[in-house]
Amino acid sequence: MTVDEISVGSPAASADGGRPVPQQVSGMRAQARVATELRTSPGGRQRSCVSTLRSQAPLALRLTRAKAREPWAAHAADIARVSLAAGAGGPVGGDQLILRVEVGPGSSLVLSEISPTLLLPGPRGERSATHVRIQVAAGATLIWLPEPIIAARGCDHVHNVVVDLDEGARLFMREELLLGRHGEETGRVTQRVSVRHGGRPLYRQDIGIGTAGADTPAVIGHHRAVGSALIVDPSWLSDPPSARALPGDAALLPLSGPAALITASAGDNLELRAQLHAGLTALGPPWDPGR
Amino acid sequence: MVDHGAALLLLADGRFPAGGYAHSGGLEPTIAAGRVHDLATLEAFLQGRALTAGAVAAGFAAAACGTLSDEDGKRFIALDAELDARMPSPAQRTTSRQLGRQLLRAVGAIRPDPRLEHVGARPHQPIGLGAAVAVFGLGRRDAAWVALHESVAGPAAAAVRLLSLDPFSTHAALARLGPLLDELAGSAVAASHGELDDLPAGGAPLLDIAAEDHAVRHTRLFAS
Repeated sequence: MTVDEISVGSPAASADGGRPVPQQVSGMRAQARVATELRTSPGGRQRSCVSTLRSQAPLALRLTRAKAREPWAAHAADIARVSLAAGAGGPVGGDQLILRVEVGPGSSLVLSEISPTLLLPGPRGERSATHVRIQVAAGATLIWLPEPIIAARGCDHVHNVVVDLDEGARLFMREELLLGRHGEETGRVTQRVSVRHGGRPLYRQDIGIGTAGADTPAVIGHHRAVGSALIVDPSWLSDPPSARALPGDAALLPLSGPAALITASAGDNLELRAQLHAGLTALGPPWDPGR
Repeated sequence: MVDHGAALLLLADGRFPAGGYAHSGGLEPTIAAGRVHDLATLEAFLQGRALTAGAVAAGFAAAACGTLSDEDGKRFIALDAELDARMPSPAQRTTSRQLGRQLLRAVGAIRPDPRLEHVGARPHQPIGLGAAVAVFGLGRRDAAWVALHESVAGPAAAAVRLLSLDPFSTHAALARLGPLLDELAGSAVAASHGELDDLPAGGAPLLDIAAEDHAVRHTRLFAS
């Protein structure tokens, strides 16, 4: 499913259309979009520039600066940095949010997030949904660092991520799901991820929390946090990383293609971050985040 | 419609010579990690496995069954790539292809059929299974049933050996899973008629992690 096929309250409102999306009685509907391109200055210097930055409440996209060390950026052309702030809290049941990201040929984008997402139930038990549609062109790099998604008791949410990578694109994508706030029973989230590389399927996975079978010893057991980091690096076509078990319930898994998944289940978000960090360290440069 | 019940029993039988008996479906490393230790935790494990790996296998077995009937070689290549994308664990991908190769060899000897050429030499097990089911004149729902049955019956049999569980109670747990397996078979058949991207894709992080732990363990009883 692409964003263009997602109904957002009006049949005429496509993610590309740019027209305001009508507010519906049941929940908020919003679309935000960011696009980057590589520009060359008269002096011949190349820079990644944000060519489109469109926000719609509660999704606010802002230009930002480097926050942390960025080891992966060593060889990238000047990087564009954008952060997402979800202003109103939520999404709550009934909300439909769409984020569209296009990283143009040769450009680099670091997309971060200001705060975690707290999923809340709607007034009438409706489902909420977030759709993220990402395209990364050849020679381009997307580093996507969303903050954790917290499933508050009673929430019912679909988180749908579709990524299309051209051959030669690079990607870092982190996903963290927390099963409720401290001591809270978890709500229900289905996270659907579909990543294609050069038109071929590279990674396709649905992870549920609070869904049938999720709390069994085959899936996530009694862990309170589950997450992954997916890294796509064209240099792995010739020299792929090797699989290894990581401390705790985590592993580094080379995929069938120039990509690796760090998968982890943990007692809390701190432990989860530490496991993902250990996986990146195991990958070595340029993905090793250092101390 | 011709009734092929005897063929279905033959394919679903654990004694079918395709090597599945050497595998615990991730149960052995899950026991080693202390997550399964009695009948209740085993039953939860089997339920979780059916809803994730079992549902994925059923969807691809049903799709492969339809694909062999259509003699569509290109679609087999597409199915193979889609299933690869649903198996992040390299140990699981290797096991799945070993089992698929063994199954295809057995079926090629037991019931030779030129259409099996379309499947390739090392298919993933569910894709080989779907093709085998079609060769025996059975349909998509049968393919889904066999895949789901295998997804829990193999680990249950392994549990009797690994945990010295009572075989009666273990089979009672399998019997309780029956309605769930029937429901999942129905969803698998429906999905097998749709877009490849929408085939079941339920992930099981702990099974993925267990598979890598197990692959490097020397003191194991089962191959996976």
